[in-house]
Amino acid sequence: MSIATKAVLASLVATLAFPATAETLRWASAGDALTLDPHSQNEGQTHTIRHQMYEALIIRDVTGAFEAALATDWGPSPDDPNVWVFNLREGVKFHNGNDFTAEDVVFSFERAKTPTSDMKELLNSIDEVRAVDDYTVEMVTDGPNPILSANLTDLFIMDKDWTEENNTVKVQDFEGGEITYATTNVNGTGAYRLVSREPDVKTVMARNEDYWGRDQFPLAFEEIIHTPIQNAATRVAALLSGEINYLQDVPVQDLERVNSADGLVVKTAPQNRVIFFGMNQGADDLEADNVDGKNPLADVRVRKAMSMAINRDAIKQVVMRGQSQPAGMIAPPFVNGWTAEMDAESSTDVEAAKALMAEAGYGDGFSIRLDCPNDRYINDEGICQAAVGMLGQIGITVNLDAIPKAQHFPKITDGKTDFYMLGWGVPTYDSEYIFNFLVHGRESDIGTWNGTGYDNDELDAKILSLASNTDLDARNADIADIWRVVQDDVLYIPIHHQVLNWAMAENVGIEVDPENQPMIKHATLN
Amino acid sequence: MLSFIIRRLGQSLLVLLVTGLIAFSMFRFIGDPIDNMLGQERTIEDVERLRTQLGLDQPFPVQYYRFLENAVQGNFGVSYRQGRPVSEILLERAPATLELAAVSGLFALGLGIALGVFTAIRRNGIASNFIMSASLIGVSLPTFLIGILLIYLFGVQLRWLPTFGRGDVVDFGWWSTGFLTESGLKSLILPAITLGLYQMTLIMRLVRSEMLEVLRQDYIRFARARGLKDRVVNFRHALKNTLIPVITVMGLQIGGIIAFAIVTETVFNWPGVGLLFINAIQFVDIPVMAAYLMLISVMFVGINLIVDILYVFVDPRLRVDSAGGH
Repeated sequence: MSIATKAVLASLVATLAFPATAETLRWASAGDALTLDPHSQNEGQTHTIRHQMYEALIIRDVTGAFEAALATDWGPSPDDPNVWVFNLREGVKFHNGNDFTAEDVVFSFERAKTPTSDMKELLNSIDEVRAVDDYTVEMVTDGPNPILSANLTDLFIMDKDWTEENNTVKVQDFEGGEITYATTNVNGTGAYRLVSREPDVKTVMARNEDYWGRDQFPLAFEEIIHTPIQNAATRVAALLSGEINYLQDVPVQDLERVNSADGLVVKTAPQNRVIFFGMNQGADDLEADNVDGKNPLADVRVRKAMSMAINRDAIKQVVMRGQSQPAGMIAPPFVNGWTAEMDAESSTDVEAAKALMAEAGYGDGFSIRLDCPNDRYINDEGICQAAVGMLGQIGITVNLDAIPKAQHFPKITDGKTDFYMLGWGVPTYDSEYIFNFLVHGRESDIGTWNGTGYDNDELDAKILSLASNTDLDARNADIADIWRVVQDDVLYIPIHHQVLNWAMAENVGIEVDPENQPMIKHATLN
Repeated sequence: MLSFIIRRLGQSLLVLLVTGLIAFSMFRFIGDPIDNMLGQERTIEDVERLRTQLGLDQPFPVQYYRFLENAVQGNFGVSYRQGRPVSEILLERAPATLELAAVSGLFALGLGIALGVFTAIRRNGIASNFIMSASLIGVSLPTFLIGILLIYLFGVQLRWLPTFGRGDVVDFGWWSTGFLTESGLKSLILPAITLGLYQMTLIMRLVRSEMLEVLRQDYIRFARARGLKDRVVNFRHALKNTLIPVITVMGLQIGGIIAFAIVTETVFNWPGVGLLFINAIQFVDIPVMAAYLMLISVMFVGINLIVDILYVFVDPRLRVDSAGGH
């Protein structure tokens, strides 16, 4: 066979192998949606897939700001602070042609508040949702709720008639193992409609030509084929070979390869997720250390010293290959309450840290176990390994226990770890969410992720008061005060903000979203 | 004969029960499924409620007993991850794994025997020596590395073959096949080679050594002395006698091919039961893990049982021994 024939054959094979049309977004990510039922499974990737086909009243754009979706405007009622009014978009149709009206909104919220729904916690403060007319909805809350809208961005609206006709009013009960019609079928108002779906294999969506925003958004792709590819090397190979043209989860170690490949670009932006260490400071004695009868972590000087021993720049350069943003507070930069000053407060000073340790009476150091996940955050185990060496410099012997996330997280929620890694994203973009889960003392329904044993009654009262404080300036002042205490008490050791990397073919234009949730209707194609 | 079969069946059942018990005692160490099933906003009450609902608050022998009770009635429970009946998911995934296993088994058998015979007949030729050395690669390189190398060469560099997935499939009832579309067939090539390479080299080496053994036998010498053609001697007389142990080994390897497809399926994102199992482990999807492990052990035990019984039929000496007293 001559070289020319070989070349012709090869190109022939190549075109046969990937007969992709130009307007197909072949999208891969590590995970798949767990279900398509809009109110089952409050989980990131599941929401991401649903967002293409279903719509909420309000969504967020790539800067984290609110964007009108099915509601055109919204806000607390001028007459009653306990009521929020939503004006709905007119002329919107579901995929099956039914009209979208207030009735569907009321129905969807009621469905999302049923016991089997996974979204009900976000709607706890809503007592009643009522339709005023076809295009106005009022939500009555159990008290003034200044940030209600932040809880609604993943709350999808279903068609009442379709849901009732198909006998799928009850939210899929995951534990009971029912498969309902809504699990595998979609009738939303979104920019794409469902064509076919094989869970864990492939989801195919086609452009909704009747979409209300057809002229407002690019909607450049006629078709979306989403494939979950779990293995990192396989994901990258699929991108390099051109079989996919948009990859959500690029492994850090392959960024350079992808970037230098012809026809591919990597886009980077900070993610709504901060990585930090928690320390059990509330216990009288620790299980995982070698100090008897007292708890070294209860001493704020020790905690401060530990924070000062961590060299965040070194972690960024060596472990993260530049893909992180060193943090000084445990709030991502988009969140209300975050300030650049506080985020710069962590400094590295090994000598001063040693002095603090000596002052606290631990000049000879101590040993402790660090619990760390190895399959949850970007290079999580590597970060912990780096911390082991850094803490060793001030005399703390750290024994690293890196385990899968399914074993790691129960340790935190069950209080079985004294020193642990945790990452936190803030879907509401407000500090209250962080305080509720990570700062408030642990009770059955609040402070559930606070494994530090920290319990400050005065602070807890302040945190609880945030929920109903409608004076936004006073509320923000309270948030700042609470942060000051968290920072001064060194409740946590912030490490860094994660950075998201999305890779795509040169002709595909998708802006990186801090929630790792692309809205394909915004994507462009050149 | 009958008592032999009954005894074997009893032993098989015992093996199955013990395998299941070991599996269930291990699940606790994989992690807590509750954590994956509820979002980060869950309350402690939610966790307790779900734990009780799923029966995870019970000791593992009780959980195992419940599993067996339901499994006997054909109910393998509901996947924690997908919220669908496990039997349905397994049925949906089985065709992918079985087709891959069949193709890689045929590849291993066909090429293995051909190369084995070739290297036995030309035992000192340059080509034979080269094949023998190269086969060491197949035996010693880990599967995932072979897979990635193949993907890199044929998928990324040459772009001849797809790097992941099953391509387009055609459905016949619940069975989906990739044999009928071009992309489906192309998608099969790399995973099948990756999965079958180890078995192929194993068969090749087995055929070679058996063949060398047989070629030294007296009846081969007599055949040659009679002036029979080489081709007839090699293929009609020698190869036939070589194949008996090969068939035995291959029978046992079929189970291995299906069970060890896990790695290949992960590397190629092949939507079979192996990939399902890997996903299940990460999510601590106990019903899926339990059903998969039981299925695989049923398969292994079943194949062994059949091989044992076949031996008795094929080899008269065993039959006489086991019948005893004659």
